[in-house]
Amino acid sequence: MKLIVNGARREVGAAPLDSLLSVLREELDITSVKAGCEAGGCGTCTVLVDGRPARSCLIPAARAEGAEITTVEGLGTPDDPSAVQQSFLHHYALQCGFCTPGLVVAAAAYLEGGGSDDPEAIASAVSGHVCRCTGYGKIVEAIAAAARGDEFDLESTALDVNTVVKTGGS
Amino acid sequence: MKIDVLIPESPEEAAAQFGDGDGVSVMAGGTIMMQLLNYRRARPERVLMLHKAGLDYVRRANGSVTIGAAAVLSDLTGAPAPLGPCAAHIGDPEIRGQATIGGNLFASPTPEYPLGDLQGPLLALGAEVRSAGAGGERTQAMEDFLADRRGRLALEITFEKPAAGAFETLRRPHSKHYTPLAVSGARTAAGDLRLAATGAGGPGRRLRAAEAAAGSGSGFGEGAGRAALQDAEPVDDALASAWYRRRVLPSLVERVLAQLEVTR
Repeated sequence: MKLIVNGARREVGAAPLDSLLSVLREELDITSVKAGCEAGGCGTCTVLVDGRPARSCLIPAARAEGAEITTVEGLGTPDDPSAVQQSFLHHYALQCGFCTPGLVVAAAAYLEGGGSDDPEAIASAVSGHVCRCTGYGKIVEAIAAAARGDEFDLESTALDVNTVVKTGGS
Repeated sequence: MKIDVLIPESPEEAAAQFGDGDGVSVMAGGTIMMQLLNYRRARPERVLMLHKAGLDYVRRANGSVTIGAAAVLSDLTGAPAPLGPCAAHIGDPEIRGQATIGGNLFASPTPEYPLGDLQGPLLALGAEVRSAGAGGERTQAMEDFLADRRGRLALEITFEKPAAGAFETLRRPHSKHYTPLAVSGARTAAGDLRLAATGAGGPGRRLRAAEAAAGSGSGFGEGAGRAALQDAEPVDDALASAWYRRRVLPSLVERVLAQLEVTR
């Protein structure tokens, strides 16, 4: 079976009804895609399928065949993060990070679709994503800033992160 | 064990491969089946997947709306009330982009189980279901179809666009699998009124006593609201008690009737 993941063709030996989630994690080692509830309810396994956000735990491999699958790695790299990744970093819009990959791809799709910086519209767009650290305020702020096209000085952001880590807090 | 996976490329091929449905598990959007497979709660021998079967259409013509069984909920959010508002109220953007109307008709494993939010709106709209199975294709009223869905493959749902429609509901957090209680209403151009509840005992049931009370000359919304309790058999579950559902049902019915402007 052939999948197209982050622009690359990948041959996988999955059974037709294995979830796309398990194929990405266990065969292709793309572990940014998290296995949370595996019932569609938590959002952290969300990937883009032909540009639309979808729960990879609910997609059988047979259905993903031939589709363009994009995970958070396909949006940007640590050296060249996408706008929404930069905004999440700048706003510290994560704590434990488990929900972050799903939120980032959902936010990227929202922005790609011309989404505004209206907090209610953003909350609705990412309503299927559970953050158990409950950092929703920062997440919505980060998506709103990306929607406005705000630019960030990530070198100073990185410095702040190092300072926080070294001093064990603010 | 080897699983036989069938991926038909037309409605006719889907019906032929479904046969009489014996031993066949159907997967359209995957939001029900994949959960069962992920949790090893289902071990199907033969799975019929509908994503290439050409059943994902929504057609509007001559005042009627025809929806293929594999159409996803996000394609229905603009449908007439009560269907459109109900579809928009289910799940979250990703789930609405994956779950299908056909799957929703089969969501409850028993007629008593409250999964299947769209059933109330479709009952209120007087929808018909075309299905395949033993004895070939047939078209049935939604109520008859829901009463015995065994061995049927839903192909298409059709309803006449109502003159007025309304949907009132208790809030449904996205992570919950069903709405605790909702009331749907629709009035045809000829003046016929249909009311249906979701969560007042099973996923969908007509509220005939309330229809009669609202339709009779002496009917006020309040009387119809109380009359709705005659057709309700709510149960206690994790989302709401039967007591609470009984308390709220008349109010939802009154609100629906107010929107339909049949209160006098």
